[in-house]
Amino acid sequence: MKGFRDAVWLPPLLSFLGLTLALEVWLWFADIPSYLLPRPAEVFTALYTEGADLTRAILRTSLAASTGLLVSVIIGVAAAIGLSINDWLRRAFYPYAVFFQTVPIIAIAPLLVIWLGYGLKTIIAVSFIVSVFPIIANTLSGLLSTDPALRDLFRLHRAGTLTTLVKLRIPAALPQFLTGLRIASGLAVIGAIVGEFVADDYRGGGGIGTVVMVAIKELNTPKVFAAVFMAALLGLVFFALVNLLGRLTRRHWHIAETRE
Amino acid sequence: MKNVANPGECSRSPIPSPAAVGAGNGVAVSLRGLGRRFGPTPVIAGLDLEIPAGQFLALLGPSGCGKTTVLRLIAGLDVPDQGRIGLGEDGRALAYVFQDPCLLPWRRVLDNVALPLELEGVPKAERLSRAHDLLDTVGLGEALDLYPDQLSGGMRMRVSLARALVTRPRLLLLDEPFAALDEFTRQYLDEHLQGLFLDHGMTVVFVTHSMAEAVFLADRVVMLAPRGAGVILDHPVDLSRPRDGPCRVSTAFLAHIQRLSAALIPSQEALAGSGRARIIEV
Repeated sequence: MKGFRDAVWLPPLLSFLGLTLALEVWLWFADIPSYLLPRPAEVFTALYTEGADLTRAILRTSLAASTGLLVSVIIGVAAAIGLSINDWLRRAFYPYAVFFQTVPIIAIAPLLVIWLGYGLKTIIAVSFIVSVFPIIANTLSGLLSTDPALRDLFRLHRAGTLTTLVKLRIPAALPQFLTGLRIASGLAVIGAIVGEFVADDYRGGGGIGTVVMVAIKELNTPKVFAAVFMAALLGLVFFALVNLLGRLTRRHWHIAETRE
Repeated sequence: MKNVANPGECSRSPIPSPAAVGAGNGVAVSLRGLGRRFGPTPVIAGLDLEIPAGQFLALLGPSGCGKTTVLRLIAGLDVPDQGRIGLGEDGRALAYVFQDPCLLPWRRVLDNVALPLELEGVPKAERLSRAHDLLDTVGLGEALDLYPDQLSGGMRMRVSLARALVTRPRLLLLDEPFAALDEFTRQYLDEHLQGLFLDHGMTVVFVTHSMAEAVFLADRVVMLAPRGAGVILDHPVDLSRPRDGPCRVSTAFLAHIQRLSAALIPSQEALAGSGRARIIEV
């Protein structure tokens, strides 16, 4: 069992070490200034020396992203249920859900600043806007694709709309909801960082997006890379957590993974 | 009221079947001038069928002959364009078994079987004990706490049967329930279903495209022609119950199959003549 696990971790680890080493050696000999492309060693040094600041920033960003994602889940699922109940309602209001998908967030973020001011609230709003659509779309498709035979069964036994929703449609939509959540989790992190670019109030040093902006202005490229590295790590942690949640849910509910 | 057949021989039952079973439990079904079309083509047109209480009727026919539509109309899952459906008193006490087991994967076997009672508002303790009893009768008393994904296809179908019977239906409608199973499992479940029928005595309408299955199970086989062309053959099966393995190879059994196959010949020719190739499962 142990050998198997090693085998899973080993190839990506080796490739990472190899590529880093190659880059390091190349940059030693190439005539590229550090502010354009820092050596990996410089990035790792920045990760170490700026560790406290980066950790503080990433925690702030993860607060914004996870709150944004939570709001997305609550509003997205509620919207999907509402839209699933009535055909008319769906035709009338689904386009607004699509709007959230197609709106160029970078363009309306300044508008959000006007409405909500600088700070966490606006950053959460951006994270929410970017991540809500996959949850609405996937949950809705799950709610609408309930096995017709099972719907017949519920009809035969005279189950009402609410009973059918609670005992059949919602549980049956769980796999699609989890797929939506997985997509949304990555987007929520991106949304939070974009939100920080535009709307951070720098309170307590700001989030990871702010750290990137500041480091770029200081031409501290190693710190930019370190911050990007941390942001990527945050996205990965989010993805892993949501995956874990999905797997636990699926095991508990005995439902199969949706094919993708 | 069980007749015991001689081993290896399938005798004719002394009484014509419908009356032999159905200890007052079943409900009569009457279809008069039933018509249903989807788009321009009628799926069934002017279908008349009287099913006495407690009869086991097999609806046999090729794919697309409207067997499932008839079943759905009787169940009230679909509305006819023409004609009337009469169900005897308490005709709402019906149950439907679908082609697939259609279990809720997130529920234990026991809770799946109790589902219809739950939807009809039966108190929890009572519905669980009734579900438990039924699972015992289909031989799944040990599998109460398992989930559908932990069962084999045949076991899932038995759970589905138990779920249909838990409401003590007076009319049981089955839509090719065992079609997806292997022959061994199918024969086993056929015998099982026969046992349940003999115990409960409800009226049964069983849709199938297998002649052997129809003859083995039914008191009466009604064969439908493709595309709403109506009843080709209304054939009583007077084999004594309970029917078993040896019955399947008895000459009487094979004679019934032969009779059904013979009735199919003109309709096959008609199909070939219409220029549309179709495969008819025999």
